[in-house]
Amino acid sequence: MTLAAETSPRLNRPPRDGGRWLAAGVVIACLTLAPVAGLIGLASRGSGDLWPHLTAYVLPRAAWETLQLLAGVGLVTTVVGVGTAWLVVAYRFPGRKLFEWALLLPLAMPTYIAAFAYLDLTHPIGPVQTTLRALLGITDVRGLWFPEIRSMGGCVLLLGAVLYPYVYLTTRGLFLMQSSAALEAARTLGAGGLRTFLTVALPLARPAIAVGVSLALMEALNDIGAAEFLGVRTFTVAIYSTWVNRSSVEGAAQIALVMIALVLALVALERWARRRQGVAGEARAARRSEPRDLGPLGQTGCVLACAAPIALGFAAPAAYLAHAAAVRIAAFGVPPQIYGEIARTLGFALVATAIAAALGLVLAYAARVRRGLPARAAQIAAGVGYAMPGTVLAVGLLTPLAGFDNMVDGVARQALGISTGLLISGSGAALIFAYVVRFLAIPSGGVDAGLAKIPLSLDHAARTLGARPAGVARALHLPLAAPALGAAALLVFVDCMKELSATLLLRPLNFETLATHVYGEASRGTYESGAVAALAIVLVGLAPVALIARASSRNRPAFAEKLAVAP
Amino acid sequence: MTASFKAAAFAAFASLGLALPAAAAEVNVYTTREPGLIQPLLDAYAEKAGVKVNTVFVKEGLAERVAAEGENSPADILMTVDFGNLIDLVDRGLTQPTTSAAIEAAVPASLRDANGQWTALSLRARVLYVSKDRLPDLKAMTYEDLADPKWKGKVCIRSGQHPYNTSLIAAVIAKDGRDAAKTWLTGLKANLARKASGGDREGARDVLAGLCDVAIGNSYYVGLMRSGKGGPDQQKWAEAINVVLPTFAKSGGTHVNVSGAAVAKNAPNKEQAVKLLEFLVSDEAQGLYAKANFEYPVKPGAPVDPILASFGELKVDDASLAEISKNRKAASALVDEVGFDG
Repeated sequence: MTLAAETSPRLNRPPRDGGRWLAAGVVIACLTLAPVAGLIGLASRGSGDLWPHLTAYVLPRAAWETLQLLAGVGLVTTVVGVGTAWLVVAYRFPGRKLFEWALLLPLAMPTYIAAFAYLDLTHPIGPVQTTLRALLGITDVRGLWFPEIRSMGGCVLLLGAVLYPYVYLTTRGLFLMQSSAALEAARTLGAGGLRTFLTVALPLARPAIAVGVSLALMEALNDIGAAEFLGVRTFTVAIYSTWVNRSSVEGAAQIALVMIALVLALVALERWARRRQGVAGEARAARRSEPRDLGPLGQTGCVLACAAPIALGFAAPAAYLAHAAAVRIAAFGVPPQIYGEIARTLGFALVATAIAAALGLVLAYAARVRRGLPARAAQIAAGVGYAMPGTVLAVGLLTPLAGFDNMVDGVARQALGISTGLLISGSGAALIFAYVVRFLAIPSGGVDAGLAKIPLSLDHAARTLGARPAGVARALHLPLAAPALGAAALLVFVDCMKELSATLLLRPLNFETLATHVYGEASRGTYESGAVAALAIVLVGLAPVALIARASSRNRPAFAEKLAVAP
Repeated sequence: MTASFKAAAFAAFASLGLALPAAAAEVNVYTTREPGLIQPLLDAYAEKAGVKVNTVFVKEGLAERVAAEGENSPADILMTVDFGNLIDLVDRGLTQPTTSAAIEAAVPASLRDANGQWTALSLRARVLYVSKDRLPDLKAMTYEDLADPKWKGKVCIRSGQHPYNTSLIAAVIAKDGRDAAKTWLTGLKANLARKASGGDREGARDVLAGLCDVAIGNSYYVGLMRSGKGGPDQQKWAEAINVVLPTFAKSGGTHVNVSGAAVAKNAPNKEQAVKLLEFLVSDEAQGLYAKANFEYPVKPGAPVDPILASFGELKVDDASLAEISKNRKAASALVDEVGFDG
């Protein structure tokens, strides 16, 4: 509570304290850097003569395929996400209200499950080709040319169809906030719908698009299930196979660290490039633009354009799963363990979400009360888990977690004469830790964006009236940022439910989630048997997706930038 | 929610300093093998011996996890589906030697470690799924034949980096040297009908679909598909193929891999671990391996499932597992060099 702040002409400057918030933020950041520390430890053990081989045969190809994949997924998610967001905001057509939320459905579909489903659906003896051949009167199985899903193109389309909602979600929020004045001015000046979109709406929405696309790209980059299954060899696949097939966890850690550094550099570059684009804030009070009416042709076009991505990213694989699950249940009944697995999946996702939300709040708040490098750095560090593949995170966590456990055990043995065993890594706590670290960027960035909407002068007013930072947070920020926090929490929840790689490596004995169940069946080649569990993941994931959809229609302004992820 | 409660309760107890004493009769199995496949065996043992068998399926990273856990690791048995991984565990000092007359009597010396560090539990052969329609008369083939240009565009296989394949390629290196193996692998790559990807069963499905005439896959998948355990679709795939046990031209033997196990170095229940291993090589369990998962027994004379028997008699190749294992890294490097998966 400094006098200087009260008399300063720059009233927008917050009071310089909140040291405890900063300290808490730094502690959280250190915990989230544990997997990076673990990776550095592994990498520094040295990988012998592996690198010449990697640079000659593995990495150039991995770089090229990663580039193609990211460019492709970036393009598909941008076109589909931005396009559909504009249609549902700008035009009136049948089913618009339905499409508004249904376009989010693919969020509930894990990419690895979509890959399994599509391989079956599009196989020469699968339903799609069989039907086409029947329609065309072709009897020879090889008689019909059909694009192969096990290819780069197939992988791009599949990931694009499942990941576009990230772009849709952020962009639609921004379109909703755009002032009608700018759009109507364009129209009055004679610009058509398309031109208004291209020259006014789209440039204004660039920050939101960038946030959504970078989320989708990180999901694509870190994907291992779908890419490996479809034969695409990205950096992540190269890391994985260096570890598993070239038996060099050291080399894998080295590639992983390089990749993480590249990702962080790209994210920083992207942020720097749009550092002056503060377009969203001032539009808050503006009157919303009314959707326009369309002729029958335009309406049909809108319906088709919105229905297609939902069909590809959700309806087709979900219908396939439902069918496969029904066949399975008819033949073998409902697997009895599935109820326990649902409860466990939900329970762990809930606990991890609650912790991630609380920590995200602390990080974002520390950055608000203590503007400046340390708090900002803490927040960025805490986002690193989202910039690495789940498998890499899990490998990085093994040593620090077990090291901690063994240290505690050693101390307990000496001091008390008893053994505490593997406190964290032997219990589900390791999983919670991993989930929180992996997804902390989402609530941290979401709350940050939510808080950014609250003018600092309000903080200052509250502080001058004598409130402590915690009091201000409770009375002012929490209620105002709650929608953003809630939405971020729901996304974390869905992500935790789908999480597979870290769960596989860090889980305790006799512990199955829905995702590991599906993977277990898939790894013994009976993924049809996993259909019931796969369907359960999708169905359970629908509830939070529906909540996100509701929240996004109710709290438009606060929601728009909730996904401004930290790293 | 019970496990999460248990986990929470455990954490709570432990944090109070009340370490849970290990229950008297328990044995913990860390496995890279999907436990569903061996659950019938473990259930049979649990019932017979009154011992609780806990499992965790760690697909990759089993060695890293056990190494990180160190002295406090609860793992008693480390089980893998690939001998390379098994030997890796020994090399990293994560196992301990055991002596068991029962295991020595049951398992031939070539299928267990001379120092008792590990033992094989079952065998699987790397075989060919051959189209019934298009190649009805093909009854014998060598691995070398697969690189013959006459099969151009007719062969399906999973990723060359998969352990089942690096193990086969390592065997070729062990026999013919690296250069010959590279020529062979390049020829095989040129014959592929599609990208090397998916799993072994996709090979059978792609044969049915007419994508390829010959697919390389493991023996037990045929049993799983044909028996109907994989569902009605897979039965159709299996009906489309004949199985040929391929051989190496030099030895006349078929390449096999093993599933095997070792006792963990810091096993808290070592005695129980050895007892479980002894059970797994007993007549009863060896019969169950065949029945539950269509694997070949390691114990000479143990019954082979009729589906496997229908492939003809398996003559295991004479190259030693240890020798093949030494060439695993070279095999993986070759896969990269010839761009096998590209």
